[in-house]
Amino acid sequence: MATMTIAKAINEGLRASLENDPKTLLMGEDIGELGGVYRVTDGLKKDFGALRVVDSPLAESGIIGTAIGLALRGYRPICEIQFDGFVFPGFNQITTQLAKLRTRSDGMLSAPVVIRIPYGGGIGSVEHHSESPEALFAHTAGLRIITPSNAQDAYWMIQQAVTCEDPVIVFEPKRRYWLKGEVDTSAPAGDPFSASVLRSGTDATVVAYGPLVPVALAAAAAAEEDGRSVEVIDLRSISPIDFDTVTASVTRTGRLIVAHEAPTFGGIGGEIAARISERAFLSLEAPVIRVGGFHMPYPVARVEEQYLPDIDRILEALDRAFAY
Amino acid sequence: MNSSRLPAAEFEVEEIVRATHPPYPDGEHGVETLQVLAPDGTMARSLGARIAGHTVDLSPYLAADADHLRSLYRDMFLIRRFDQESTALQRQGQLALWVPLTGQEAAQIGSGRALAPQDYAFPTYREHGVALTRGVELAEILRLFRGVTNGGWDPRERNFHLYTLVLAAQSLHAVGYAMGLQRDQLADPTLPPAASIAYFGDGASSEGDIHESMVFAASFDAPVVFFCQNNQWAISVPSSVQTKVPLAQRADGYGFPGVRVDGNDVVAVEAVTRWALEHARSGRGPVLIEAYTYRMSAHTTADDPSKYRLSRDEQEWQPRDPLVRLETYLRLAGLAGDDFFDDLGTEAATMAVELRRSVLSMTAPDLASRFAAVYAEPHPLVQEELRFFEQYQAGFADEGKHA
Repeated sequence: MATMTIAKAINEGLRASLENDPKTLLMGEDIGELGGVYRVTDGLKKDFGALRVVDSPLAESGIIGTAIGLALRGYRPICEIQFDGFVFPGFNQITTQLAKLRTRSDGMLSAPVVIRIPYGGGIGSVEHHSESPEALFAHTAGLRIITPSNAQDAYWMIQQAVTCEDPVIVFEPKRRYWLKGEVDTSAPAGDPFSASVLRSGTDATVVAYGPLVPVALAAAAAAEEDGRSVEVIDLRSISPIDFDTVTASVTRTGRLIVAHEAPTFGGIGGEIAARISERAFLSLEAPVIRVGGFHMPYPVARVEEQYLPDIDRILEALDRAFAY
Repeated sequence: MNSSRLPAAEFEVEEIVRATHPPYPDGEHGVETLQVLAPDGTMARSLGARIAGHTVDLSPYLAADADHLRSLYRDMFLIRRFDQESTALQRQGQLALWVPLTGQEAAQIGSGRALAPQDYAFPTYREHGVALTRGVELAEILRLFRGVTNGGWDPRERNFHLYTLVLAAQSLHAVGYAMGLQRDQLADPTLPPAASIAYFGDGASSEGDIHESMVFAASFDAPVVFFCQNNQWAISVPSSVQTKVPLAQRADGYGFPGVRVDGNDVVAVEAVTRWALEHARSGRGPVLIEAYTYRMSAHTTADDPSKYRLSRDEQEWQPRDPLVRLETYLRLAGLAGDDFFDDLGTEAATMAVELRRSVLSMTAPDLASRFAAVYAEPHPLVQEELRFFEQYQAGFADEGKHA
């Protein structure tokens, strides 16, 4: 057991991946000497060399596209996209090429490419540095999308993404990079594509992922003071979604709140609401309520606190669910 | 001029078309067009070039013995016949679409024959000639256009990747693959040196992925050859809209050699490509080849060139036909006579019959089988939807019995 930040846990996970498989390599902008703008790859170039920790030209389509070519040659590239809002120059390669390689080769080829994307707001930054574009990728068949919310998951999920035969996007909650937690580097890793129940409750379920998991836990603690027993589920995987775990919870609690930073319209919360209404309609005491961003481009930093879902927004949603 | 008033078929805007369509005579812009076999069927015995400021003797890369020239002609002839048969199959409703290559046989056969077995080619969607040189079964190409697969062959068997329809996307894959070759070579120096080759056209040269792939290739000295077939037209838009300089010259800006070759001269194309591949394999980095050619047919069977280009332009390119000039040479040099060409015609006719039979026997896959090809590892949503689909389909099993 060791205590480390999420950033350090990913760093250690990447280190383990590089040690375990000589075919793995990291690619991205400023990931070498600098160690990435968030220092997640700190020290790796020094230890593994420039052929395995590649400071790439400043071109996201180039990073993803060459990673696909490397994968076709038997390598397992792990790409870093510097910020969420900068993934779009690589969107074409991700959605038209990477996601479809398996299908268009009739299952003959696989593309074990990992794409790490620091995402989400709350860091007081400038435009394009605080977005949550996960739904755009979740809508694309052929991709897997995971997002750790704590150091233990971060350490293991990045390694599981690397060994997965499918392309995996790892959305990293950047405002939680410095959140510390216990990491057991010897514990056998669980299924990275499953959700986990972080807090048991009987009256309502709150599903969250990535940066909003600590917020959901805090909201559940606050609700308890009001006499409401709230279960909290860390979704962990956005594609596929572990609907079984969510359904089992809602069947018991009868109420479901889904919280994410991304805008609610066309988002993951809507997908969960639809599926749960199909699977657990008769168990529901209230409509599934989404808590998320508004239908606007991510706002300027000085007002982002009003935009981002917080404890009160989740509590307000719980109030509505209980009042129904 | 009001373009809406332009007559559709043989329009009178020659001046405008000409103004946007520089003829690029040899030597202009400092780029020469390398040629060995002239349109009149005469063949030079040597080939020299100024490449990146150096005089390079490409003569050692020329392969012009009789057997070889006849086999090049055979490949070009067969692939043109394949093209004609495929066009006919599309017209008869057996293919959803066809992408003709007529006019580009020399560029494709010449470059494809230059590849070593360990090299890896990344085509666009028109490289039927390259596919032939890599040993891909031609009928397999038609599976894509028949609509029964989006792939068609195992790329690893022939070192010939699947067709890519999103323009220029494959050029980055070629560079990444080359970066992998580079690492493999460092890990095991006993491996035969290898390179990748990225095919693209004058239209795709405007895509950002071409720029990014050239930057990456140059930065890492990746063993990749960029092979641009400038066939003058990106569907209806002339190459002058894509570039104001000869495309080969763009290599200067990336810091690697660029060469323009007469894309209708199979001998020169093969020699230049052999040189470029050797350059790349030997660790000296990428090369850009611009094969200057002409799309003698339509962009696809859904296209109508009479709406945007002059039949006079098409007629001007007729005498530069890549097959005609090699046939002329072979006949004049006494290397092939009527027997050879007659036999080839018979062989091609047989091939066309076989091809047609193959295409007509291609059946659609079951949609249920497609669920298995989305992910490499089990995926609960896909499994759930497959279960639903199979149950839904099974619900129709008894249909008709109660009618």
